[in-house]
Amino acid sequence: MRPFQYSRAPSLAEASNLTADENALAIAGGTNLLDLMKLQVETPDQLADINRLGFADIEDTDEGGLRLGSLATNTETAVHPRVRADYPVLSRAILAGATQQLRNKATNGGNLCQRTRCFYFTNIDQPCNKREPGSGCGAIDGIAKLHAILGTSEQCIATYPGDMAVALSALGAEVQISGDKGERSVPVRDFHLLPGDTPWIENVLEPGEIITGIVLPAPVGSTQIYRKVRERSSYAFALVSVAAIIELTDGKFSRADFAFGGLAHKPWFDPRFGEALIGQPPSEALFDKAADVLLEDARGYGENDFKIPLTRRTLRAVLAQATEDAA
Amino acid sequence: MTVHFKQDEPDNSNRLDGMKQGVIGKPLPRIEGLAKVTGTAPYAAEYPIENCAEGVLVTSTITRGEVTSIDRTSVLSMPGVIAVVDDEKLCTRAAQGTANEAPMQGPAQVCYWGQPIALVIAETFEQARDAAKHLKVEYREDAGAPIDPGAVEPEEQEDETVHQGDLSHAMAEAAHSVDVTYTTKGHASAAMEPHAAIAQWDGDKLTVHASLQMLNYNITELADALDMEEENMRLISRFVGGGFGSKLGISEEVVAAALAAKQIGRPVRVVQSRQQVFQTVMRRSETTQRLRLAADENGKLTGFGHEALVSNLPGETFAEPVLQSSHFMYGGENRELMLNVARIHRMTAGSVRAPGEAVGMPALEGAMDVLAEKAGIDPVELRLRNIPEQDPEEDLPFSSHKLAECLTQGAKAFGWDKGPRKPRQRREGEWWIGTGMANAARVHNIAEAKARVTLKADGTALVETDMTDIGTGTYTILAQIAAEMLGLGPEQVLVELGDTRYPRGPGSGGSWGAASIGSAVYIACKAIREELAARLGTSEEELELRESKTAGGEALTDLLGGKDLAREGHYEPGDIEDDYTASGFGAFFAEVRVNHYTGETRVDRMLGAFGFGRVLNAKTARSQCIGGITWSIGVALTEALEFDPRDGHLVNCDLAEYHVPVHRDVPDLQVLLVEERDGAASPIQAKGIGELGMCGGAAAIANAIYNACGARLFDYPMTPDRVLAAIPD
Repeated sequence: MRPFQYSRAPSLAEASNLTADENALAIAGGTNLLDLMKLQVETPDQLADINRLGFADIEDTDEGGLRLGSLATNTETAVHPRVRADYPVLSRAILAGATQQLRNKATNGGNLCQRTRCFYFTNIDQPCNKREPGSGCGAIDGIAKLHAILGTSEQCIATYPGDMAVALSALGAEVQISGDKGERSVPVRDFHLLPGDTPWIENVLEPGEIITGIVLPAPVGSTQIYRKVRERSSYAFALVSVAAIIELTDGKFSRADFAFGGLAHKPWFDPRFGEALIGQPPSEALFDKAADVLLEDARGYGENDFKIPLTRRTLRAVLAQATEDAA
Repeated sequence: MTVHFKQDEPDNSNRLDGMKQGVIGKPLPRIEGLAKVTGTAPYAAEYPIENCAEGVLVTSTITRGEVTSIDRTSVLSMPGVIAVVDDEKLCTRAAQGTANEAPMQGPAQVCYWGQPIALVIAETFEQARDAAKHLKVEYREDAGAPIDPGAVEPEEQEDETVHQGDLSHAMAEAAHSVDVTYTTKGHASAAMEPHAAIAQWDGDKLTVHASLQMLNYNITELADALDMEEENMRLISRFVGGGFGSKLGISEEVVAAALAAKQIGRPVRVVQSRQQVFQTVMRRSETTQRLRLAADENGKLTGFGHEALVSNLPGETFAEPVLQSSHFMYGGENRELMLNVARIHRMTAGSVRAPGEAVGMPALEGAMDVLAEKAGIDPVELRLRNIPEQDPEEDLPFSSHKLAECLTQGAKAFGWDKGPRKPRQRREGEWWIGTGMANAARVHNIAEAKARVTLKADGTALVETDMTDIGTGTYTILAQIAAEMLGLGPEQVLVELGDTRYPRGPGSGGSWGAASIGSAVYIACKAIREELAARLGTSEEELELRESKTAGGEALTDLLGGKDLAREGHYEPGDIEDDYTASGFGAFFAEVRVNHYTGETRVDRMLGAFGFGRVLNAKTARSQCIGGITWSIGVALTEALEFDPRDGHLVNCDLAEYHVPVHRDVPDLQVLLVEERDGAASPIQAKGIGELGMCGGAAAIANAIYNACGARLFDYPMTPDRVLAAIPD
């Protein structure tokens, strides 16, 4: 068997210490990590169990926002009265992911760190630059229906699979991180990285850094929509998902914060999309124009070409829903 | 004492009705249900066998070629590793259903990516799994193995070919004609319980706990693979966590466990990982099907063409029997039917849930919907007009045919609108809503079966057979048959299944279990009744048994006089198999909604009306039907095996990425059991149920998609990308 050291981290400092090694990983809910360890896609020498560190609270911030503990479960977060009342897009996004059993176990921090479900990443007998740098990308010219159309590289066309982070990106949330160099805060929009030439680096966490919380800004009201298109109605990853926070003033967009899932190696946030909408009255033509901007550099890989028109159409659905919800 | 009955004539005596106990047909819950949901029913891998070592299969990472060396030393020094098995008797494929001989052996020859090539044995499962991943294997690869069924010259399955009349002429002359090509993707059985076996030797005697559907065939397959006598082996499969065809024949883990246990002189357990089950056992072949329908102005078929291309590995005899029900579903004197097989190097293709009709009927019934539209005839009416009076190819009568009743009763219960049908008539917000229907058909299979029934001195009964219960309700219906016949309560009957020490039945598969083994139990019970009647000086026909007593009030226990009374029933289908075309028939009705923007389809409601002979248990029969309809939702909307276009490996090999319908995809399903007595089907007048419920249902959904949004799709599954490509703006 593959031996590894399992330690229960008694403190944040110790957790940081335990995960500082290159081949160390933190484990919280384990819903993704354990699967990957069984497949030997992940082969840590050291597992630091961070479940006893606290960070499970969901509490108000002085700024009127909400701080989600990194170890609060997805279920606890989705059903929290303030999340439901003030950040419904987040509640809906979480509930659109995985299954009830998985959400009961999965944590907010872990959700941000989940790995791609690319078929070639999870099969250790196939090439994957993310898993084995330099081995090639099996998905390019392979089965790539679920794969990315934006921000890809010749090294990797995998998608970030989650839903929660897409809503967090639209909301402009911040990730709180603690490590041996102290604490820092990173916008969710900057937390995940594009593959470039280093597809194995998926986010900005440095060795020894632990996510302690996610901070939501003060609520903005507005119409909040999470729209996930998938091949079955539950327990399937997004073909395309859209998190939208929309406000109309005098019949014109005064707020239009959109983030997209299923399109890229990270939750996709393009400020130009919202800028194209602001100050304009909603219409399909306007959404199409904004979609042109969004999809300007989109590239299909054969099997996933449909994601380009699907994104456009899903945006029209969001528009229809938004105008219906606002009415 | 064995009572042999070979059925040459229909049996319309309907004796089970004559018993008047009210046990047969009753919706009793499954006898083993509580044990299963409380986790106390042991599955194959769960038997606590002492000193059991753990084996993990090693699989190939090339598509075609030869294993040139296996470096045992690469793993033998790893902690806990006991041995590496690469015996030439290791099986590299699963046996096809009813093969009755060993599947392909010789692990050095590689024919598909993921093929088992060795087994690593260790003290713990984790040690074995890690060592299996680290075993150093060298190959000589044969490049260029064909993996695309469209890129090779196919072989014609000549016994399926029908040329009758002149179809081209009929098409040219027809008032209405349809010439369309459908495709279906491959399917996985996707049973919950993975394939598993524990083998133990006692001298030269072998006992294997395994998860298998057909022990009678499986023991022969295993004996052949190991080159030993059946008498020296015992197979046990008391509970099977779903088979869906994937456990008809023995798979690689059974032989591997037996060889490994022999090699190390200890019991060995081999459980396939979920990925291995997907990659090494059985796939349903993808299909390409051309349908040609020629009809007169009344919609009556004058020509019928169904040609299909399927695939399998070289050396396999199985070809997805796509045309199975097409041979008799509809008339049309001008006929062209042909089945072609492409030899390609994807994993073995074999029986998966209703082989043939599961994909053949969705194509045929989709084409019928196109015809109904062209001819301007209501789809239900079109089908009613085309029910043949007898088998259109074989000049044989149908054993029974309840299609018309299923169509009319189903349409009524569903609320089918007979008005003119035009697509895109109903929209609710983003959703187009529409309805569709399709016929169901699935050939009735029946086989030789033996079961022993013992009326115990204490007045209870014992039923013993190697028949399996794969979650379908066999334990329960056999208790009901024996109880009905012997005047007992079902709780007074103990049913013992899944052990080759018992009389041999045909196992579970092709929906033949209930009618076959049920008939053997019936025959044994009838023989017991004859003996009891003789003791009372009356005839079996006159004998009335109720609540453990005779009509005259004599207790069964008194009549038995302290002794057990046992009979073995041996059922054999005789001329009835050749004299009739026997099939289950039915009709599906579906209402779906299709999202205008995203192309997502959701089934709002679905109804199936089925005629399949006698209903032995209304609850388990209904459960079989709703299971079948659920699979038909999978065929229509979600299920697709995806193979890498370069090395042919199956990429989506787990239940997260191979999309069977989840609860939320399955609405409330309505089932109408259109009961009948089919004496030519079996002595208990029952036919197969399980598979019928999925044979055509996908077309009802496809036709409803068209009716809802105007997207006429010819490719299953109808995923959002495909719907969007076809939906009018």
